[in-house]
Amino acid sequence: MRRLIKGGRLLDPASRHDAPADLWLENGRVAEVTPPGARKPQAQDEVWEAGGLAVAPGLVDAHVHLREPGAEYKETIASGTRAAAAGGVTSLACMPNTTPPIDNLAMVELVLSKAKSQGAVNVFPVACITQRREGKQLTEMGELKAAGVVAVSDDGEPVESPTLMRSALQYAGMLDLLVINHAEDKSLAGKGVAHAGFMACKLGLAGVPRSALEVMISRDLLLAEETGSRIHIPHVSTAGAVRLIREAKARGVRVTAETAPHYLALTDECLAGYDTNVRVNPPIAEAADQAALIDGLVDGTLDAIATDHAPHSRREKEMEFALAAPGICGLETSLSLCLTVLVASGRMPLLELIDRMSLRPARLLGVPKGTLAAGADADLVLFDPDADRTVQASEFHSQSDNTPFDQWRVKGRVAATFVAGEPVYIAPQDQARRKPS
Amino acid sequence: MGLARKDLISLEDLSREEILQILDTAASFKEVVQRPIKKVPALRGQTVVNLFFEPSTRTRTSFELAAKRLSADVVNFTAQTSSLVKGESLLDTIRNIEAMNVQTIIMRHSCSGAASFVARHARACVVNAGDGTHAHPTQGLLDLFTIRERKGRFEGLVVALVGDITHSRVARCNLHGLTKLGAKVRIVGPATLLPRSLTRLGVTATTRLEEALDGADVVNILRIQLERQDGQYFPSAREYANLYGVNARRLKLAKPDVMIMHPGPMNRGIEISPRVADGPNAVILDQVTNGVAVRMAVLYLLSSAPGGTNETAD
Repeated sequence: MRRLIKGGRLLDPASRHDAPADLWLENGRVAEVTPPGARKPQAQDEVWEAGGLAVAPGLVDAHVHLREPGAEYKETIASGTRAAAAGGVTSLACMPNTTPPIDNLAMVELVLSKAKSQGAVNVFPVACITQRREGKQLTEMGELKAAGVVAVSDDGEPVESPTLMRSALQYAGMLDLLVINHAEDKSLAGKGVAHAGFMACKLGLAGVPRSALEVMISRDLLLAEETGSRIHIPHVSTAGAVRLIREAKARGVRVTAETAPHYLALTDECLAGYDTNVRVNPPIAEAADQAALIDGLVDGTLDAIATDHAPHSRREKEMEFALAAPGICGLETSLSLCLTVLVASGRMPLLELIDRMSLRPARLLGVPKGTLAAGADADLVLFDPDADRTVQASEFHSQSDNTPFDQWRVKGRVAATFVAGEPVYIAPQDQARRKPS
Repeated sequence: MGLARKDLISLEDLSREEILQILDTAASFKEVVQRPIKKVPALRGQTVVNLFFEPSTRTRTSFELAAKRLSADVVNFTAQTSSLVKGESLLDTIRNIEAMNVQTIIMRHSCSGAASFVARHARACVVNAGDGTHAHPTQGLLDLFTIRERKGRFEGLVVALVGDITHSRVARCNLHGLTKLGAKVRIVGPATLLPRSLTRLGVTATTRLEEALDGADVVNILRIQLERQDGQYFPSAREYANLYGVNARRLKLAKPDVMIMHPGPMNRGIEISPRVADGPNAVILDQVTNGVAVRMAVLYLLSSAPGGTNETAD
C-alpha cells in the first residue's frame, strides 16, 4: 500500500528543504517528494491530510533511559517507546545503566529483541564502556558493535581513571564506535544536589560547582584530541562547557555535544519550592548558562538536543529534595519545549531545530535516519508548530510523570508519528486526517 | 489575632510586620514565664508533636517547655524510636502522625526543604525547628528578640555573623530577619565557608574577621561543626581559632557595648574564647531564656491563625 502525506510543510534539513510538498511512502520508505497537488493519488492509496502541519523526519533522541531490564516499575521498552512516539521521536539511543547493565552481548540481544517485539520506535542500544560500569575493565566492544550497539557510555558514572578513558577512546576509535562519557567529576560534585549558585545557597541545598562538569569535559577533550578519536559530550548544562567545546571544535577535535530541553527552558530559579522534579544531574544552572546553551545550539557548537529522558516513580520523587532520584521524564515535552524556547522566541528557524533534533543526532550516532529524501526510511513526524497547548503529565504515555513542566503553556503539538511508513502514534484530534482508500 | 499562615518555615517568608508581631507577643509571654505559675491555657486540649529526625536536646526541650507552658499536650517523636529505622518514607510518617489528629508538628530534619515538604502535605501547622542548612526560624526570632531587648531597635545596627556561613541555617535566618528590620549585616568566615552569592541579599561579605568586627553592635558567632574539622575546609581547629576565633583582644574593635551571641553549643577556645563567652557582653544564656518565650509566641500565633486550630476559641 502507498501512503500520501498531503500538503504539509515538508522540512528536510539534509536538503535544506522547507516548503509545502506531498510526501509518498511505500514499503517503509520515502518513495518520492512531489510538489503539492502535482500528482493525484490512486484509489488504493491512503491519503493523510497534512495541511497546516509540519512534516519532518522523525526526531532522533541520543539519550534515553528505558529502564528495562531492572526498573520496569519506572519504564519499559514498550512504554518508553510509546512515549517516544507520542513525542515525535522515531529513533532513540537507550542508555546501559540498567540492572544488570548492558555490558555484554546477551544484554544487547535482550534489548534488541524486546524492542523488536514490543517497541513502537527504533531502539539503538548504547553499551557500557566498562564491565558492570565499574570503571575498571573495558567491555567487549568489538562484539558489541557487531551486535548493533551505536555507542558506549557508563552513563551516570564517569570513567574516572584518565588512563582507562584514554584507552577506551583508542580502542573504541579503532572500531569507529562513539564514546560518550558522563560529564561529571564525582569528587567536585560531592554531595551536591543543585547548581552551586545563589538559589541553592539560599535554600541550603548542597551545591554542584560548574567545575564538576567542566573539569571532566576538559579532560575528555584533551584525551580525544590526543587519541584522534571521537567523543560525545552528554547533557551540556553550563556556559563554560559550551566555550570548551567551541574551542575544541575550532582546533579540530572530533567532538559532538548535546544539551537537554530542561536546560533550555529552566534556570535555577526553579529550585524555589524544592520541587523534586527539577532535581536532575547535572543540575540546572543560571540564566547566563541558559543563554549560552541557546547560543551554542544556534551556532552549531552543540550538535543535538537529547532529552536524557529519566523516568522515576513517585516513590523516588515524593520526598526530601536531596534524597529524591535525579532525572526528568522528557520524551513527551521535548519538541514542544524546544519549539517554545527556540523557534517561537525567534532564536532558530524551524528547519534548524529539526536539524538539531533529528539529522545531526542521527549522524553523530551513525544511524541512517534524520532525512526524508527519496529512499530514506519513512520515519516521520507530523506536528502543528504553532498550536498552543497545556502540558498534561497525567496523560503521558510514559509509565512515569516526573516532569517540572506539568501545566506549562507551550507551543506545538504532535499530530502523528510514523515509523517505517506505519503510524505509531495518532493524536485523538487528528484521527480524521487519515482518509482510507 | 494570629498570623495569617499555617506554617512557619523560614524568616524569608515573613513580612517585617509579622516578625514584629511575633516579637511583641513573645515579650508578653516572657512576662508569663517569669511568674510563679508559668502556665497559660492558650493551647489546652491541643496536641503538639515534636518530630525530630536529627538529634537535638536544647531546641527540642525549648519547644517542649513552650508547648507545655501553653497547656498543650506534647509528644516527642524521635528518629531512634520511630518507624524511620524501618525505612518508612517521610510522607508515610507524616500521614501516620496526622491520622492521630495532632494540631501542630514541630519538625527538625537534616534535609533542606523537608519542613516545607511536610507543610505542603500536612493539614497540621508545621513549625520548622531546623531543616538542613536552610532555615531555623525560631532561632532567628529569638536572636532578633534578644537584640531588641538590649538595643531597643534594629535600624542602623551593625551585626557580624562569624564562622561557617555555608552550612549555617542560623546564619541564613538571621540574615533574612535582620535585613528586613533594617540592620546592616556582615558575614565573615574562611573563603571555603563563605558563600559570596549571599551578598545579593544586601549583606557584605569578608574573609577578614577584624574588618567584620570593626564598629559592630552585635557579634553572632556560629558553631564550627565537628564534621567540618577534618581539614577539608580549614587546616585545623587551631588555625581556625587563630584566624576566626573571637577573643577579647579582637573584640576591642567592636563597639564597647557590643552584644556577643552564640546559638550553642559552644566550642570554647575554637570559635569563641572562654573570656568572651563568660564576659559581660555575652547574652548567650539570655538567648536560651528568650527561646522559650519566642516559641510560645510562634505556637500561639499559628494556632490562632485564621482557619487555625484555635480560631474559634473566642
